[in-house]
Formats: sequence, C-alpha cells, structure tokens
Amino acid sequence: MQTKSWLSLQNHARHRGLRFGRLAVQAALVVVICALIYVVAINVAQNLSRAHIASGFGFWNNTAGFDISQTLIGYSASTSTFGRAFWVGLLNTLLVAALGVVLATLIGFLIGLGRLSPNWLIARLSGGYVESIRNVPLLLQLLFWYNAVLKTLPDLRGSLRLPGGAVLNNRGLFLPAVEFGAPFAAVLIAFVTAVVVAIALRIWTRWRFELTGKPVPLVWRTLALLIGFPLIASAITGAPIRLGALHVSRFNVSGGVEILPEFAALVLALSVYTAAFIAEVVRAGVLAVERGQVEAAQSLGLRPRATLRLVVVPQAMRVIIPPLTSQYLNLLKNSSLAVAIGYPDLVQVFAGSVLNITGQAVEVIAVTMAVYLAISLLTSLLMNLYGRSVMFVEH
Amino acid sequence: MSATGDDLRNDRPRSGVKRLPSTVLRSALAWPRQNLFSSPLNAALTLGCIALVVLAVPPLIRFFLLDAVWSGTDREACVKPLASGACWPFVRAWFSYFVYGFYPPDQRWRVDIFLAALAFGIGWLAWLEAPRRGFGAVYFFVVLPLVSFVLLHGAAPIGLPVVPTALWGGILVTMVVATVGIVVSLPLGTLLALARRSEIPLVRWIAVAFVEFVRGVPLITVLFMASVMLPLFVPERYAPDKLIRALVGVALFASAYMAEVVRGGLAAIPAGQYRAARSLGLSYWGMMGLVILPQALRVTLPNIVSIFIGLFKDTTLVFVVGIFDFLGTVEAARGDPKWAAPTTTVTGYAFAAAFYFVCCYGMSRYGHGMERRLVGSQGAGRRPL
Repeated sequence: MQTKSWLSLQNHARHRGLRFGRLAVQAALVVVICALIYVVAINVAQNLSRAHIASGFGFWNNTAGFDISQTLIGYSASTSTFGRAFWVGLLNTLLVAALGVVLATLIGFLIGLGRLSPNWLIARLSGGYVESIRNVPLLLQLLFWYNAVLKTLPDLRGSLRLPGGAVLNNRGLFLPAVEFGAPFAAVLIAFVTAVVVAIALRIWTRWRFELTGKPVPLVWRTLALLIGFPLIASAITGAPIRLGALHVSRFNVSGGVEILPEFAALVLALSVYTAAFIAEVVRAGVLAVERGQVEAAQSLGLRPRATLRLVVVPQAMRVIIPPLTSQYLNLLKNSSLAVAIGYPDLVQVFAGSVLNITGQAVEVIAVTMAVYLAISLLTSLLMNLYGRSVMFVEH
Repeated sequence: MSATGDDLRNDRPRSGVKRLPSTVLRSALAWPRQNLFSSPLNAALTLGCIALVVLAVPPLIRFFLLDAVWSGTDREACVKPLASGACWPFVRAWFSYFVYGFYPPDQRWRVDIFLAALAFGIGWLAWLEAPRRGFGAVYFFVVLPLVSFVLLHGAAPIGLPVVPTALWGGILVTMVVATVGIVVSLPLGTLLALARRSEIPLVRWIAVAFVEFVRGVPLITVLFMASVMLPLFVPERYAPDKLIRALVGVALFASAYMAEVVRGGLAAIPAGQYRAARSLGLSYWGMMGLVILPQALRVTLPNIVSIFIGLFKDTTLVFVVGIFDFLGTVEAARGDPKWAAPTTTVTGYAFAAAFYFVCCYGMSRYGHGMERRLVGSQGAGRRPL
C-alpha cells in the first residue's frame, strides 16, 4: 500500500516535472521568437527609413506606369494602378497554369499508359521520354523552347502563313479573330438545345440501363449533339461565324489574337515537364490495381474495355488523384519561372516590376507568396475532403 | 487508354501464331508478333513509332556528330559550312568559364581540390560497403563545408587570397549550392520532422507552419525573398552577399521538403520500437538518435535521393536572382558575339542538358538500386543497408 502510493506520488511528480519542462520550452520559444521579430522589425524599419521607402499598402492605388505585354483584362500603363497590375499578373499565371494542366494531363496519361503497353516499342519510347525529361532542369527546358525554338522562327518579314489565315513569326502566333455574324443567336439557341437534349439523353440512358442493363455509348452521342446541332444551325442560317483577316504591315501584325512566344514557351515547357511526372503517377496508379481485380472482372464476362472502364480506372483514379493534384500544384508554382523569359505572370509583374518601382519588398513579396500559399492550402483542403470521400470502406 | 486495354487482352491465346510455316521462323517472329504487332491498332502504333524514330534520330546524330563542327577559333568555323551542325568549339572555348566562372585562373587549383574533395565525400557516403561511413558523414557534413569555405573564399592569414563570390560561377557555383542544400537540409529537415511529431504543441505548430508555408510557395519567391528581404532583416553592415542570400533560400526550401520525407520515414517505424527504446531507459534524444532515426533514415534513403535530384535541378533557379551557376554561364556565353552563329544556342543547351542528365540520371539509378536493395532485404531478413 505504502509502496504503491509512493510510486504514484513519484509518477505524479515526474508528470508535473514533464509538464513544467514542456511549459518552459514553449515559454523559451515564445521569448526567442518575439525577440527575433522585434530585432528584425527594428532593422527593417531602420533600413527602410534610410532608403526612404514607404511602408503599407498605399501604393496599391497608385498609377503603375509600366506596360504589360499580355493583358486579359483592360490595362493601360498611364491610368491603371499597381493593384490592377497585380490582377493582370495573377490572371496570366492562372491562364498558363490552366492550359498547362490540361496539356500535361493529356500527355502524361498517354505516356504513363504507354509505358504499360505490351507494345515493346511504345513502352521503351515512353520510358525514354520520362527519363530524359525528368532529369533535365525545367529552367533549361524553358530556355530551350524559348531561345532555341521559338526565337529562331523567321522574323516579321519572313512570317510563315499557316492554313486558316494564321501568321507565325518570332514575335508570336497571330490567329485571325472569330467574328460572329447577325444570325449568331440561332447557333447559340441550337447549342443550348443540344445541352438540354444531352442531359435528357443521359437521364434516359440511366433509366434504361437500370431497367434493361443495356448500356449506351453516351460520350460519343453527347459530343455529336454538342458539335452537330450548332453546326447544322450555322449551315442553315448561312455561316454566321467567320474568321477575320489579319493585317500584316511592315512593323506589326494586327487585327487578331496574339499568342506571345513567351506564353507558348512557358506552356510547352511546363506541360512537357510535368507530363513526365504525371506519367509516373498514372503508371503507379494502374499498377496498384490488383491483378485479381482484372481477372475477376474477366471471369464475370466483362469485355476488356468494360473491365478497364468499370474496374481498373475507378480503382486506379483513387490512387492517382492525390499525387496528380500535387503535380498540378507543382505546375502552378513552376509557372513562376516565367520571370526567366519575361512572360508577365504574377511573379514577373508584381514581384518584379512593381517591386522594382515601389521598392516595397516586404509587402510585395508577402502578397505574392500569400497568393500561391492560399491556392496550395485550399487545394490541400479539397484534397483531404476528397480523400475522405473515396476512402476504401473495408469490411 | 487503349494501351491498358491491350494489356488486359494480351494473355488470350492468339491463333495466328500457329499458321507460321516452321518452328524456327515461329520463334524468330513470335517476339515481334507478340510485342509489336499483336493487333491492328498495335501494328499501326508500332509503325508510327518506327516512323517517329526514323524521322528524329538520324537528324539528331547528323546535327550533333556527323555534321558538327569540332574545331575553330570563332564563329567563322560554325557559320561557313552552311551552319548545319553543332558548334562544339564554342563549348571548348568557354569550357573553363562553364566550370569556374570568373574565378582567377591562377587560383583555380582551389576549385579543383574542392570538387575532388566533394567527389570523395559523395563516394564515401554513396558506397554502402565503404569502411567507417560514420567518419564519412562527419567528413561530409562538418569537415568538408568548413574546409571548402576557407579554401574557396580564402583567408589572408594562411596565405590564400580572398576570392569574392561575385567571381564564382559555373559548375563550381552549382556544386556549392547543391552541397550547401544537402548539408543544411538533411539535419535541419530531420529536426523539423522531429519537431512536427513533438508532443509540445508550440514546437509542433512552428514546424507545421514553416514546412507548409515553404512547400506552398514557389522556390523563385523564396529566392526573391532571400535576396531582397534578408538584407532588410539585418543591420546594414551585416548585409550578406548575393550568393549567401541565395544559399539561405535554397537551404530553407530544401529543408522543408526534406522534413516531409523524413517524417514519412519516422511514421514507418513501428510504435514498438519507440516503446522498446523507452523501456531501455533511453532519453528522448537517445531514443531518436540510437534507435529511431537510424532506421527511419535508412528506409527513407531512396526518397532522400529523389529530394537531392530535385534540389540539383532547382539550383538552376539561382540564375534568376543574378547568380551565374552552370546554366547561367551557358546562358551568358551564348550571347557572345564572337561565337554568334545559328547553332550556338542549341549547342550550349545540349551541353548543359547532357551535364544535368548525367548527374540526375546517375542519382536516380543509385536511388533505384537502393530501393531494390531495401525491398529485397526485407524478405531475406538481413540488415537493410
């Protein structure tokens, strides 16, 4: 009895000691961090006041005064603010990332499945693609696409004329504008009708499938509807969609949509590079599906295509999606390499031009980082929710 | 999608093989039949691939070898014969710049010694049967960085003239950035991983905040922060030079990624190991240092290698903040009017790509070998590494 109480007393003391130790560590950390912040803040204040640099976000509404080569929203150097420049840069980043994600996914899935192909040549070529692309720095690939490929295109005078009236030279790819004629409303109505019919078809297919078990190839029919209806409408009303003409003068090309070589190089480099990583993700995902699953599906009488669609893909996707998302985030973060070739993304516009003009490093870098951080954290949050929703329920 | 579809179809018997005339021909043709022409779609894909190879490979060989220019003193050599091949004399002319940057020629032996000492250290650690790998670790993580700093930077008292970092460049800088990244990120990353699993809330929160913050932003913004904000954080007279700022950025960045990898290794260690170590009366640091970390780092070595590959590729980004690493020197030399020829740029990039490929592919092969070794040893029950 006595021993026991002595033991518990000792235990209690140890426990209290441990708790006290932890509190002490945390208190010490708080003191150190506060001291650090204090010293840094004093240094920043002194350095800034010596260099006559303002602080705070007062600059946000000042006139920017510099040009941006690609703007998705209205922007002019003489009237737009630094805040406007921020949005222009952010939209350019998102545009590159969105396009890069789509292309990288396409190439990545092709290459990843190619590596698993029974066709020896395709498997080898896909493997060669992955190994050679993954082991060369992205910045080098970006510089290659920009300086060695796109910048060596003919200059304005020797512009290449592409079919459809497009013009390609070392200043970019110029596409003729799409002009909508007066009876365009008919095409729009046809498209909306197609969407409604497609949804109806989907519901009907589901209903029939539940009733009879007969599947209907929905994808092709939907595509045919969505493309066919507007095409028919446009043919009936006399082709209200026309391609505009480009005006090629001695100094520039005008009257169309311009795709900058910087933009093209960035999209190419990002999608080719990320595709190599996505290919590995896809391969690992497909390999993670147990062989027994395929055999079971086959023994149920499913055809190869149905086995793939109903058994392999859903299980592989569960494994693929989390690392795929982190590859998408990598692509977004890597799009900041734009600064190396002068594509006006968030980093180039905001952490480059705006920082150089205002000198307000702390605020500008903090805002830039906050944007990337917010997108990353939001995506991780969504990923966690997704992960919870598709988690295997094991019996 | 079709590829996997074929994969699934592959193990069905193929009646066509039987119709072949002789067994000899059958065995000779069976392989391509099965692996290249198993279905009409596959045959078409094979022919497409062959066409691709035929179209792409001979021009590449011609450009880089057969039609390439091998000697010359300036652009004339590369422009004259229709400029159809790579301009290798450009690489030869700038080679010492690619390796040393503007490091003074009479002091370059110091760089040579550094590179040799680095190669020695890497070899010591990478060769798993090497004697006294513990000393190897001390050499690589303590001795090498200190000696290299004195050697490369110089110290007046021992008669080594100071070479300012602004003169450093090329492969020297690439290796310095990569080495500092490794030497700092492994211990710091391990500490962060331990902190993230700590029972003390504040320690855990700080580690989580640091790791998630760094992993959520691009390296370029970290480098920008290091290059423009670090000088603001310290009194003016202590403002670090450009290379040091970039090194701080790269090291912190790599540490966050390393922390996640080590954390994965820690999570793979069974809880019984922790309890066993505690029941032996080991303190926290004794338990971690003697029992947990040796096992955790061992199982996570392949992942650590892949972090190093990423780090090595990422060293190129220091070029964006105005430091001339290997890629930076190639980029600078490419603009030399003395060598202005249509093929100069591609030649320079190809040379750089070959260098990075050899380094990264070598590391990746090494990592794969280690992974196989780990997987193989688990079944056999012997010591993993």
